[in-house]
Amino acid sequence: MSTTATTIDGAVPPKAGPRAFIDRLRDGDEVAHVITLVFAATILLITSLLVYELWVNSHLSRAKFGWAFFWTSTWDPIFDHFGAAPFIYGTLVTSILSLIIAVPLGLAAAVFLAELAPRNLSDSIAFLIDLLAAVPSVIYGLLGIFIVVPLMRTVVGPALKHTLGFLPLFQGPNYGVGFLTASIVLAIMIVPFIISVSREVLLTVPREQREAALALGATRWEATWQVVVPWARTGIMGSIFLALARALGETMAVTMVIGNDPKIRESLFAAGYTIAAVIANEFTEATGDLYLSALIELGLVLFLMTFILNGLARILIVATERGGGHPS
Amino acid sequence: MSRVRLLWRKSLNAVMLTLTGVAAFAVVSVLFLILGYLIWNGGRSLNWDFFTQLPKPVGEEGGGMANAIVGSLKLLLLAAVMGLPIGLISGVYLAEFGGKTFSFVVRYTTDLLNGVPSIVIGIFAYSLAVLPVKHFSALAGGVALGIMVIPITVRSSEEFLRAIPGSLREGAMALGASKWRTIATVVLPAASGGILTGMLLSLARVAGETAPLLFTAFSNRFWSPGWGQPIASLPVMIYTYAIAPYDDWHRQAWAAGLILLGLVLLANLGCRLALRGRGMGRS
Repeated sequence: MSTTATTIDGAVPPKAGPRAFIDRLRDGDEVAHVITLVFAATILLITSLLVYELWVNSHLSRAKFGWAFFWTSTWDPIFDHFGAAPFIYGTLVTSILSLIIAVPLGLAAAVFLAELAPRNLSDSIAFLIDLLAAVPSVIYGLLGIFIVVPLMRTVVGPALKHTLGFLPLFQGPNYGVGFLTASIVLAIMIVPFIISVSREVLLTVPREQREAALALGATRWEATWQVVVPWARTGIMGSIFLALARALGETMAVTMVIGNDPKIRESLFAAGYTIAAVIANEFTEATGDLYLSALIELGLVLFLMTFILNGLARILIVATERGGGHPS
Repeated sequence: MSRVRLLWRKSLNAVMLTLTGVAAFAVVSVLFLILGYLIWNGGRSLNWDFFTQLPKPVGEEGGGMANAIVGSLKLLLLAAVMGLPIGLISGVYLAEFGGKTFSFVVRYTTDLLNGVPSIVIGIFAYSLAVLPVKHFSALAGGVALGIMVIPITVRSSEEFLRAIPGSLREGAMALGASKWRTIATVVLPAASGGILTGMLLSLARVAGETAPLLFTAFSNRFWSPGWGQPIASLPVMIYTYAIAPYDDWHRQAWAAGLILLGLVLLANLGCRLALRGRGMGRS
C-alpha cells in the first residue's frame, strides 16, 4: 500500500547527513530497505548486462557487415558471408500472417466473453483460455508436425491452390511445411493472449456506454461494434502488439514447421526461416567466431524488435485502462 | 426507417453475435483437441520403461527418458534457487519500500525482461555461463531458466503483498513493531499462500521452455551427475525426438509431451483454482 507507506514515512521526519543515516541504520528498517533495494537493482543489472552481452558479442559481425547485414540475403557459413534479410523477412511474414488469422478470431471471442456470455460462463471460458496460454511451445510444435503439416499437405494446401491459385501467394510446390503452416501454428498460440487482454479491456468499458447506445435503438451488435469496441480501441491495439511481440520471438513451434530454408520466396507454401529458428538450429553448430557473432547479432535484432513492441503495447494498455476507468 | 433496413440490421446482429460465440468455442475446443490428441497418442506410448530406462542407442527400439525427467527437475531446482529469492525480495521492495521513480524503472525493466524472447535469454545465459568455461552445463541451463523466473515472481509477489490491507500493517506498527518486523512477521505470512502459488506458476511456465536450454544445458543421452555437465530435459528431448526420422522416437516424443503437458496443466489448474478461491474470499 503506497498510501500507508507515505503516511508512516511522513510520521518520522527524515534527518539529513551521513550521521543521521547511520543512526537510522540501527533500527533495522533502513537495512531491510537497502537489502531489498539491492535485490531490485539486480533486475536492472541483469537486463543491462543482457543488452551489453548481446552488443559486445555481436561486435565481429557488426564490424564486418555493418548495416548491409540487414539487406544481404546470402547466408553462407562456409565462406563466412552472413546476411539477415531472409530471416527478418520470414519473421515478419509469419508474425503478420498469424495476426491476420488470430486477430479476428480472438477479438470475436473476446467480444463474446465480455459482452454476451453470462459472467459465470465467461469466467470459466477465460479460465480455460488461460490454461491454453500455459501450454509449452514445444507441445504446439509437436502437434504442428504431426497434425497441421499433414493437414496442410493433403487438405488445406490443395484447397487454397484450387480456389486462390491465381495469386502468386498460393503457387509453387506444397510440402506441408512453410510460411503458412508456421503462421497457423503461431496464430493458435497467440489467440489466447489476444482474448484474455482484450476481454479485460472490454470489461472496463462503462456500462452507461452500452446502455446509451441500446436506448437509442441500436441492436446489440451495433452497440458493441460501434460504441464499446471503439471505446476500448487502444487497449485492444495493445493486446495485438503484445501478441505480435510473442509471435516474433516464438522459437520452437516455428522451427519445427517452417522448413528451415534461408530464402526469400513469395509463395506462402514455400519453406522459410525465422530469426529465432536459425538461432535455435545453428547456434550449437556455429564453428567460426564470425558465424557465432552473426547469430548473436540476429538475437540483438530480435531483442530490439520485441523491446519496441512491448513498450508500445504497455503504453497503450495503461492508457485505455486509465481512460476507461474514469467516467467522462 | 424502412422495414428492409430493420430486417437487415436484425439479421446482421444475429449473425455477428453467433459468430463471436462460435469463435470463443472454437478457441476453447483447441485446448480439448490438444489434450485429447496427446492423451490418445501419448497414453498408448507410455509404459514403465519410459520412467525407468535411459534412452537406447540410435536405431534400437525401446528405452525411456528417466534421465530427462530427473534432468528437468534438476534444472527447475536451479532455476528456483537462483530466480525465486531475487523475485520475491524485489517484490517486497516494490510493494513495501519503493518510492516513485526508481520503482517505476524497476517495474518497467521487469516487464521488459518478461517480454524478452526465450531464445535471446538463451544467448545471454550462453555468454554468461558457457563461453567462459567452454562447455555446456546444467548450471548454464539453470541460469537461463532462473532469469526467466524472476520477472513473473516479482510481479506476482508485489501484487499479493499489495492485496494485504493496510490496517494489518498499521495494527502491527501501532503495537510498536518496526517496519521490517511488520513485513516479516505480519505481511509476508498473510500473503504467503498467494506468493507461493505465484512462484509455482512461474516454475510451471519455465518447465516447458525449450529454446533457452538448447545451447546452455544442451542434452545428454546418459545420466548427468553433478551440475557441470550437459543435461537432458523433457522439452529438449521432445524437440529432438519429434524432428528425428524414427517412428519409435515419435512415439516417445508423444509420451514425453503427455507427461510435460500433464504436469504443467495440473500445476496451473491447481494454482489458478487456489488463487480464485482466495480472490473470492477477499472480496
